[in-house]
Amino acid sequence: MEYMLLIYESEKARGEMPEFQNGKMFAEYRAFTESIVKSGNFKAGAPLQPTAAATTVRLRNGKAATTDGPFAETREQLGGYYLIEAKDLDEACAIAARIPGARQGSIEVRPVLSM
Amino acid sequence: MIADAVGGLYRAESGRILATLIRLLGDFDLAEEVVQEAFAAALVRWPTEGLPHNPRAWVVQAARFKAIDRLRRRTRFAEKIDELSAIESLERPPGEAEDDAVRDDRLRLIFTCCHPSLATEAQVALTLRTLCGLTTEEIARAFLVPTTTMAQRLVRAKQKIRLAGIPYQVPAVELLPDRLEAVMTAVYLVFNEGYATTAGDALVRRDLCSEAIRLVRLLDTLLPDRAEPPALLALLLLHDSRRDARATPEGDLVLLEDQDRDRWDHAEIAEGLSLVERALRRGPPGPYALQAAIAAVHARAARAADTDWRQITALYALLLARFPSPVVELNHAVAVAMSEGPEAGLRLLDSLSARGELSAYHLLPAARADLLRRLGRTGEASAAYRSALALVTNPAERRFLQRRLEAVSAKPLNP
Repeated sequence: MEYMLLIYESEKARGEMPEFQNGKMFAEYRAFTESIVKSGNFKAGAPLQPTAAATTVRLRNGKAATTDGPFAETREQLGGYYLIEAKDLDEACAIAARIPGARQGSIEVRPVLSM
Repeated sequence: MIADAVGGLYRAESGRILATLIRLLGDFDLAEEVVQEAFAAALVRWPTEGLPHNPRAWVVQAARFKAIDRLRRRTRFAEKIDELSAIESLERPPGEAEDDAVRDDRLRLIFTCCHPSLATEAQVALTLRTLCGLTTEEIARAFLVPTTTMAQRLVRAKQKIRLAGIPYQVPAVELLPDRLEAVMTAVYLVFNEGYATTAGDALVRRDLCSEAIRLVRLLDTLLPDRAEPPALLALLLLHDSRRDARATPEGDLVLLEDQDRDRWDHAEIAEGLSLVERALRRGPPGPYALQAAIAAVHARAARAADTDWRQITALYALLLARFPSPVVELNHAVAVAMSEGPEAGLRLLDSLSARGELSAYHLLPAARADLLRRLGRTGEASAAYRSALALVTNPAERRFLQRRLEAVSAKPLNP
């Protein structure tokens, strides 16, 4: 099965963390990504620019309305994702727990609807 | 007579049969449908053909054939490779490996039904529906929710299992402690739902208690090296042993100290006591073992006055040190009041209320009220009973508190 692992973190807290400033977090993410590439679980993944760079688009009455910022104001923001292949939910959750961001933020594990 | 045999088989074995079919089909709904159909077929065929040599195997086989029929009909329209492989596995003659798999089917099913990615209430409902074979109506009545609500809860849970890819397997060894804890919590909730309140259908509630006991027995048999199942089994048996003595025929509560101990179930007590010892021998005591040990002290007292409150206090202190929670703290305070006197207990309760953690829990003011009553501080006791009454939801407990309030208010106030 394919699972989307959505990494939610507080952008504010992340900006204040020394691991982010000194590049330690970056190295941890690289090591994690390499490990799931090697195990064959990795399909795709990337960090996202902060929500300050986000734009929300809605089409209403045939007209596109574009607004600044994310769709919803929440305590934690979507900060990145992985698309993985896993045998079942247990394997997907075990991988999610190894994402460095799971220590401060939370990982939403969503099965992909296969078409 | 055949109908009785089918009914009996359904009660005793439908969970096991369903578990096997779920493994073979990988589909809860299909498995449920074909098991129902197979039992219906048994009702029609056994009266003329006679009771089969192995009724359970007959039902499993009949359900397999019905599943093959259905999958064939389905695949005619859309040839899905996984359904074809399901048919293959269904048609394979059962061998020795199959016997081993069948032995573990119910264990797998418990872990699937109680997967932590399902909401606790869904875990409980699904366990009762699939492993215990209770009907949706029965479960709805037990939890005092409309049948449609319960049906929806079950549909959503099964959907989540399918869509999220919740595995049908016994978790790996490193995950087992956590996952077993989730299973035991669900089973404990099943028991409590049957035991803690006297509202709702009394027979269904008693069923919940015996189903919970049956499930823990099963866990104990299937995981013979783990210390937790015998501990929980002991706890449930020791509580269940008081079931006939703890309420009047009208459904009013009878306090432990006022219960007719001759009406306790002494067979359950004997088994519970020996299980406590076994659980304590298997390793450092967990929360269930300590609670069972406390229930065992009560069970050993022939009269309420013989209760070894010092030992109970020590056990609660241990429970509080290792698994701290405000509710344990409350129970510890009550035990202290029994062994050292109401003032000592009251001091602990007051510091607990001051922290405000249990502000919505009626048993905290109820316990304070009882200690104040025993100290003769009737004015404060009345006020505490009133606070408890404002929070209580269970009708039997409400009547009890009301009676206590009236008794306290009838006495002249202290000068």
